[in-house]
Order: sequence, then structure tokens, then C-alpha cells
Amino acid sequence: MIEHLTHLALPLLILLPLTSAALAFALGPGRGASLVIASSALQLLLALLLAATIGSAGPSHHAAGGWGAPLGIDLVADGLAAAMLLLTQGVALALFVFARGYFHQDSQDADHWAPAGRYFWPLASFLVAGMNALYLSEDIFNLYVTLELVGLAAVGLVASGGGATQTAAALRYLFAAILGSGAYLLGVALLYGSYGSVSIAALTPAIAASAPAVTTVALVAALLMVTGLLIKSALFPFHFWLPPAHGGSPAPVSALLSALVVKASIYLVLRLWLGPLQPLLAPFAWLPAILGASAILWGSWQAIRAERLKLLVAYSTVAQLGYLFIALPLAAASTTGVAPVAIVTLQAVAHGLAKAAMFAAAGIILHATGRDRVSDVAGIAERLPLTLFTFALAGVSLMGLPPSGGFLAKWLLIDLALAQGQWWLVAVIIAGGLLAAVYIFRVLRQAFLNLPEAEIEAEHQKARVVPRSAEWAAFALAASSILLGIFGGVPLLQLVGGSV
Amino acid sequence: MTFNELLPLLVLCSSLLPGLAIFILPERQHRLRTGLNLFGAVAKIVLVSMLLVGVQAGESYGFRHAVAPGLELVFKADALGLLFITLSTVLWLFTTLYAIGYLEDAPHRSRFFGFFSLCVTATIGIAMAGNLFTFFVFYELLTLATFPLVAHRGTPDAKQGATVYLAYTLAGGAALLTGIVWLESLTHHTGFTHGGFVAGLLPGNESTLVAIFVLLIAGVGVKAAIVPLHGWLPKAMVAPAPVSALLHAVAVVKAGAFGVVRIVYEVFGIDTAQALGLLTPLAAIAAFTIIWGSVFALFQDKLKKRLAYSTISQVSYIVLGTALFGPIGTIGGLVHLVHQGVMKSTLFFAAGNYAETLGIHKVSEMNGVGRRMPATTIAFSLAALGMMGAPLTAGAISKAWLGDGASAAGMGWAVWVLTASSLLNAAYFLPILWRAWFRPPPSSWPEEHIARRGLLETHGLLLAPPLLTAALALVFGLLPEDVASPLTWARMIAEREYGLVTP
Repeated sequence: MIEHLTHLALPLLILLPLTSAALAFALGPGRGASLVIASSALQLLLALLLAATIGSAGPSHHAAGGWGAPLGIDLVADGLAAAMLLLTQGVALALFVFARGYFHQDSQDADHWAPAGRYFWPLASFLVAGMNALYLSEDIFNLYVTLELVGLAAVGLVASGGGATQTAAALRYLFAAILGSGAYLLGVALLYGSYGSVSIAALTPAIAASAPAVTTVALVAALLMVTGLLIKSALFPFHFWLPPAHGGSPAPVSALLSALVVKASIYLVLRLWLGPLQPLLAPFAWLPAILGASAILWGSWQAIRAERLKLLVAYSTVAQLGYLFIALPLAAASTTGVAPVAIVTLQAVAHGLAKAAMFAAAGIILHATGRDRVSDVAGIAERLPLTLFTFALAGVSLMGLPPSGGFLAKWLLIDLALAQGQWWLVAVIIAGGLLAAVYIFRVLRQAFLNLPEAEIEAEHQKARVVPRSAEWAAFALAASSILLGIFGGVPLLQLVGGSV
Repeated sequence: MTFNELLPLLVLCSSLLPGLAIFILPERQHRLRTGLNLFGAVAKIVLVSMLLVGVQAGESYGFRHAVAPGLELVFKADALGLLFITLSTVLWLFTTLYAIGYLEDAPHRSRFFGFFSLCVTATIGIAMAGNLFTFFVFYELLTLATFPLVAHRGTPDAKQGATVYLAYTLAGGAALLTGIVWLESLTHHTGFTHGGFVAGLLPGNESTLVAIFVLLIAGVGVKAAIVPLHGWLPKAMVAPAPVSALLHAVAVVKAGAFGVVRIVYEVFGIDTAQALGLLTPLAAIAAFTIIWGSVFALFQDKLKKRLAYSTISQVSYIVLGTALFGPIGTIGGLVHLVHQGVMKSTLFFAAGNYAETLGIHKVSEMNGVGRRMPATTIAFSLAALGMMGAPLTAGAISKAWLGDGASAAGMGWAVWVLTASSLLNAAYFLPILWRAWFRPPPSSWPEEHIARRGLLETHGLLLAPPLLTAALALVFGLLPEDVASPLTWARMIAEREYGLVTP
């Protein structure tokens, strides 16, 4: 029975969110929200089951419709994919619970949802379906299709707010997304022309065999694919679209985008760079590391300077994504310790949980104060203690302080860099942690300030109530990012490390 | 899980779980919160007593938990750790009692006591850490848990003090992290070992080891407030009095000093450290800090600031004792870890009483306060005399062992430093005692909050803790050879852990 269910887990992880997206559109936001939440809970169970099976029995396959590759479409999940699926379902579930409270309290009665809240459920569910399909795809053309699905759903979510700035941000995002996937598609076409296949399993040995005499076409193809993905991943200097899109959207959307969506394209970079494209791209391994280091420094600096709270959190994403790239050259060299890919995955999961929590907390704070400047958070320690605690716990993981998942990932990264004598990376990682502390404590110390009595009264008058369920959902995300460092490291590192 | 594995975990949980429960308590649940606090503190004392009896009988306690392949949180309750654990546990009870009285009817008590318990949990974790990785985890946790306490008052001053505190401690943490990972990349483990574990890297890695030593000591030196890393400590005085006691006596500076002891003895090993020529510079920095802190204390009119500079000076006694090559100095440093904690918390409790009862914040306002608040002032005087090293006090015992240790190690100059420091201590404490006891009281106190009720010169919960800690300090001074005295325990550590023969 369990075995059978595991077999079905792969297609179900795509079909379930797809179906609930369609139904949520038909049912409207009220019942749609319940449906999407129930569906994500089921998906989370499936992802857990899948991870458990892969952990004990190795990668899982499913031939869609009974047609195997090369004719049909194969769905494949290994440890890395299972970890990303688990992150996606877990964060999505918590954020959906958060979003129901967050959007609902915008309106007085249940049938009146703000436009952002009305379109959120079908679009977000569709987005999750796209990401799940991406993690389960096995050939580079299907990956292109899923990449477009994810991109379009994400742009739709950014635009759903309906304001002029949000539309502008969405257009900018759309432009970057199309540029990115266009470059990627061009690369896929060129590779297909050179090697006659789009299957990763078939391409890997073919490219390796041709490695001594790499053709210019293959090299250009690889570079195009990776550049396209880097644009979509918002790696410095391609981050220009991220802060307005992530900083200007409604909180549940920002959280989904920052925690999950950018991870999808980064996952592809890792998968392709360390997989089939490895022989072609080996000489360029330092490029993403240098860009990643610049992202850490530049993003943190911008976060320190940001005046708006959500922009601060968005720039923090720009910085934190850098950590995922600096391990690339380290990953290429063989090491004896923990597999570098596993460390990067740990960092991605830790950041996903923490950033979702932080955007959610920032959203609650903005709702309660009605203002979004960092200086306006004064007195929050008194009014929203749980939410401030959530923000702080998420911050602990982002700063890489113990005992969080972010800390564990950072420790292992430094260890890895030292083992290969890369002192400059150690310096960047340490500096990045200190800079993160500057922008996070900028918020926290302001939050501890007392407001004069008169102002407290005025604030309470206009305060809008945020449902407790939304506050606790955000807290659950932050707490998981901490517990990940204590209890999640071993299983996660083994799951991913054993498979790649 | 065996009992010997469970007991250290229970010691950690006895403050962690009440702390977490207190966080979610509504503000008005005053009794339940007090009950949880006291239950945790008393339970911890009982559990630690069980550890003490066991360790003295030669049992070993500990457990480990892997957070990543090859990376473990290791906890062990050895004799050295227990010295610090016992100090923190006993002082936690007194400080909690004091804080309950001090914060009566103040806002945000759930937050305060929650983080207070987390601080103590972090301190116990530091004391029980079995490797540098675990030590670092709890060392940073301590930084995070103290930030809300320093910022507690929510004034712009508190914000400023908390910011400075963070800037120093997080930078120190970064240095510590770099040093630990660097060391781990060479030795592939960081477990504290009697006699150190780096000797195998010699010869050939001298300069690397010196660099690592500097990083590690700088990292813990921030919390130990070694000059020039001490700048946060006077600024952090904006915190409420129980927090000052916590920072100065129970947790923060002690964690730094304890880190120095672990790093010198159980990471590098005293012989390797001496061979690398690291001990003399460390002793010199400690000596400089001792004099520096005492000189600055002379010029402070604010009572809490004067005590803060005094802490800077006194904590470096521990560092000095550690850096003296030989068993006698070791014992002097270890015993001072306990003595300073007990005496300094007495002083801060008393200072808090003056401020809360009469609104006295400055030395110049203390004329005749001994007549209005005799019990508090007796406790203050006993502790101050101990700090000076007056005969028959706990401080005299610390200084005697440190002085003998310095002579035995052939570092005669350190004896002069200790003498000079004693004179300076007298110069900044005796005028306070003179004012308090012999000058006539003013016609009215700056701001009298709590009126005298019969024999009670102030709130009972404010009065009991300083009297109890002062009594402890008195007992330590009068009965140094007793089985339960810190000196006996420090000698046992020196004998057992370092194989040193003590006179």
C-alpha cells in the first residue's frame, strides 16, 4: 500500500495543486482557500513519504501515462529533489494558513475579498504545481516549460495587488523572466542540435565523452542556459527586478517568491552545472562565486540603507542568495566531508523557512502600524510580541547565529572553504553574517523603543487586528528554521548527500 | 538514555522549559510566573547538587547529539564546568528573587523573565560544553538572550547601550567562529581535552596556532571585558539592576573568563601555550586591564559605573591566574571566578536597593545612607572589603593564591600589579564606606520610593538576596578549607584535571 502510494506521489504532487488551483478559481476565495490549504497538507504528507522512501531506497521514477523516455515524459525524484519538494510543500502550507488570515482581515465580511486575496489562491496553487513539476522533471525541455509556468504564475501574483507600482514591478519582473527563459530555451535548442537529446540522463555521458574537444556551439549553449537561469535567480548584478517585485507585493506573495520561487531556478543551476554541463563550464566555476560574494556584500549594504521594512527584507534575499552560489567552485572539487550540494541545500532550506517567516512577520507589522518605514516599528515589542519574536528568530537564522539552520549551513560552508584554502570566501561569509546582524538589529532595537503614552493610545485606535492564526503560522516557519539547525541537519544532509 | 546522560540534560531543561513557558504566559499571571521561576531555580539547585556529589565520587556525566555528520553538540559535567555551573545556579536563584522584588508592577515581566531564564540556560550550556563547537553555540545564544534584557527599558539610552553591546559581542563571536573553524580544519575535532589537543601540530604550525589563539582569546575576551575590548560594559549599565548582576557576576563576563580558562588549559594546554610564548603576553594584558579598570573606577561618580569598571579589573584576575604558569595561580584564578561572582552580585544588589528605595544613583549622594539602610550597607561593605582583599575575606584568599602563584611562576611583577590594584580598590571603595557610615545623612533623599516599615528598610525581596550573598562571601572567607568551599573544589580541579600537585 505504502509502496503504491509512493509510486503515485510523483504525479500526485503535480496533479493535486493543479486541480485545486482550478477548483479554487471556480469556488472563489472563501472555500478555495480551505481547499488549497487541505491540498497542501496532503502534498506535505506525500513529500514526507517520498523523502522517507528515497532516503532508504534511492531515487524514485514514474513514467507518465505509462510511456517511458525517450517517447514519454519521465518524472524523477532523487534526494535533492525530495528536499526541495519538502521545502516547497512545508513553506507553502504555512504561508497559505498565514495568507488566509492576512487577506481575510482586509475585508469585513467573508464574501468581500480584496483583489489580491481573490486571485491569490488559484495563482499560488498553480505556482506550487509548476515548482513541483520543475523538481520532478528529468529533461531540459520540460524544465523550460515548468520554468515558464512558475514565472507566469509568479508575475501574476505580483500584479494581483493592482496598484500602479505593483503593475510596474510586475512588468519589470515579466521582462526579466522572459529574458531569462528565452536565453535558457535558446541554449536548450543549441544543445539539442549538438547532442540530439534533451534528457539529462542521456546528455551527461554524451557531453562528458565530447569534453576534450568542446565545440563552440555547446559552450555557447551552456553559457546561455546558465545566464538565463542566473537572471531568473536574481544573482547580482541581475537582481534589479527582485527588490521591487518582492518588496512591493502583498506579504504572502513576497514570502512565496523570496522563499521558494527563486530557489527553483537556483536548483536548476546547481543541477545542470554539477551535472551534464560540468565538463563545459568547469573553467567558469569562479564566476558565480565572485558574483555570489558581491551579492552578499551589495545586498546586505542595500538592506542596511533601506528605509522601508519590506525593501530591507527583499534586499536581504539578494544577499542571502549569494551564499548559494559561492559554494559552486567548492562543489566541483572532490571533498571527503559533507557533500557540498547538501550544504547548499541546507542553506536554501534554512533561508526558505526564515525568509518566509520574516516576510510574513513584516506583513503583520505593516498591517498593524499601517506604515512601512523601519523607523515606524517602534513600540512593536509591546504590541506584537509574538510577531517580533518571529522576526527575530528568522533573523537569527539569516545572520547565521546558532542554533539555527542558517548557522549550521554557514559553519559547514566555512569548513568547506577552509579545507580548500579559500580564505577570501571565509572572509566574505563572516562579513556577510555581521552585515546581516546590522540590518536585522536595526529593526529589532527600534522595535524595543517605548512609545509615549499618548501615541500608544493613538496606535491602538487605528490598529487593525491580525488573526492569531496568521501570527502563529509565521512563528511556526521561524521556529522550524531554528529547529532545523538542531534536529534537521543530519537527516537532510544524508538525504541530499547520498543522492548527488 | 542512562541516568548519567539524562542528568545534564535535565539541568539544561530546568531553566529552558520554565523560560519558554513564561514567554507565553499573559502578563497578569504574576503568581504562576513566580512559581515557574522559583520551581526552575530550585529544581536546578537540586539537580546540580546531585551532579556535585556524583562528580566528587568520580562519576562522569554527559551526552552528545549530532547536528550534522561529524559535528556534535557534546555536553559533559566535569569538575571545572561544575564550578561555574554551581556559581550560576546559586546566583540565579538569588537574582531571580531579587528581580521579582525589583520588577514588581513593572511592564513586560513575561519577556524579562523568559529571556532571563534563557540567559542562564546559555550559561549552563557554556559551562557544560564538551567541545569548542558547543561552547560557541551557547556563547552566541548568550549574546542573543541578553540583548532584550539590556534593551529592556525601551529608552533611547537603552537602545544605544544594547547596540554597543551587540557590536562588541557579535564582532567577538565572529573572531571566535573563525578561530574555531580554522582549528577544526587542522585537528578535525574540537573536544576539550585535559592538557590540550593541539600539541600534535607542533612543530611546524607555530604561527598558525598563535593566530588561532589570538582569534579565540579575542573572541572570549570581549565578554570577559579585557582592555581594549571592554567598551560595551560601562554602556550596558543602562540595564535594570538584576540584569547588571547577571551580566557582571552570573553570566556574561564569567562566560568570557571561563572561556579563557577552557582555551588555555583544554584546547592549547598550559605547556603548549607556554612553549608558544603565549602566556606572558596574556598575563601582561590581564595585568594592564586590572590596573586600567581600577584607575577608571576612581573617577566615576555614578555608583553603577564605578562598579562596572571594578568588574573589568576584577575579572582579569581570573585571566591572570590562568596565564600564570603553575598550579597555584590556576587555583587562585578559579577560586576568584566564584568569589568575584558572589561579591559583585552583592554590590549590584545593594546598588539597586539604594536606587529603588531612595533614588540614589551617585556616590556623592550616599552620605549617611548606612543609617537609613543599615542591612544593605553592611552587605555592601562586606563585599567591598572583600574586593579590596581585606584580611579574612574571600578576596584575600583569591589574592593570596594569585600572588603566590605569580612568585612561583617567576613573574614577580604580577605581585606588584596585585598590590597596586588592592590599593586602588581601597581608594575607590573606602570613600564610599566613609560616606555611608560616617557622614551625616541629608535632610531628604533624592527620591524616596519605598518607605521604612519597622525593621524592613526596603522591600523584603530586595533585602534578602544581598544579605544571603554577603553571608556566602563571608563564609568563603572565614572557612576556606571547608569541604564545600570553592577553594577546596578549585584545588580538586587542579589536582584531578591537570595532574598538578598542590601544596
